[in-house]
Amino acid sequence: MKRFLLPLAVFAVVVGFLAVGLTLNPREVPSPLVGKAAPDFSLPQLYETEKTFSPKDMAGKVWLLNFWASWCNGCKDEHPVLMQMAKSGEVPIYGVDYKDQRGEALTWLQQWGNPYPLVAVDESGRVGINYGVYGVPETYVIDKQGIIRYKQIGPIDQDVLHKKILPLVKELQTQ
Amino acid sequence: MKRVRVLLFMCAVIAPTGVWADEAKPLGENPQVEARLKTLAVELRCLVCQNQTLADSSAPLAEDLRREVREMIAKNMTDQEIIEFLVARYGDFVLYRPPWRLTTTLLWLGPFLLLLVGGTVLVVTLRRRQKTLPETVLSEEEHRRAERLLSKGNT
Repeated sequence: MKRFLLPLAVFAVVVGFLAVGLTLNPREVPSPLVGKAAPDFSLPQLYETEKTFSPKDMAGKVWLLNFWASWCNGCKDEHPVLMQMAKSGEVPIYGVDYKDQRGEALTWLQQWGNPYPLVAVDESGRVGINYGVYGVPETYVIDKQGIIRYKQIGPIDQDVLHKKILPLVKELQTQ
Repeated sequence: MKRVRVLLFMCAVIAPTGVWADEAKPLGENPQVEARLKTLAVELRCLVCQNQTLADSSAPLAEDLRREVREMIAKNMTDQEIIEFLVARYGDFVLYRPPWRLTTTLLWLGPFLLLLVGGTVLVVTLRRRQKTLPETVLSEEEHRRAERLLSKGNT
């Protein structure tokens, strides 16, 4: 009996590693930007094209910065959650239309609804690179001092919204 | 006269190829920049298709990042600075060679640890087996018999 103990132990360790390793999401790359100041930019707006938007305009507020595009499937999944958040008015969501065409973006928002008080346009994707975006949708929670507190990679669902984003926003708002 | 005609003919054949060579646009303007981009890009991971390098990938983000790296090379930034720029935005994950950190110690030392464990197990097992094998001493009679059997096999 004793001679089976060692192989069994090795097997148990391998199973343990696989149990953890295989359930991790390889797309969730921890962002080095969390805890750092949100990179500054100045981008033209989608609706009022002659005006620009900069994160500095949001100083003193807790807000979300959501990178999306009309060509992105995940954005469609996430969209009802954003609409629900916009309706509740708990936290403003500012959009960045990432590598998109203006006409398509406008049609998309008209068709599905617009959860954003303001949408900025990142046509070249350069601001996206500064934020470490590698696939839309991605959402950043930014505090009153303009520091990134959380990054959501992929669509926000009800679970993420209620367990992570809303509690964090409430905590940051009281600071 | 004949020579002139041949020359004219050759000009007519060669001239258009010259035109084509002008029209085919090189991938990058500057071959030196391209060479540096190539050496850098094989060390960097494309974050969209995570098992491809920035050099291999045709994902739009990889194209954008190559453009970004090209511009940084044109600005005369060092390789170190360019890599720092990308790590600051995407984390250590963009590097194909993970740096030695506290969190990556196991990754770097793991193979050597496994080798050590395997080697120890091998040595211990061999020693143990040597002990369990009884050392048999042959008597004179047995020795002769063994020799007879061996020589029989030879013929």
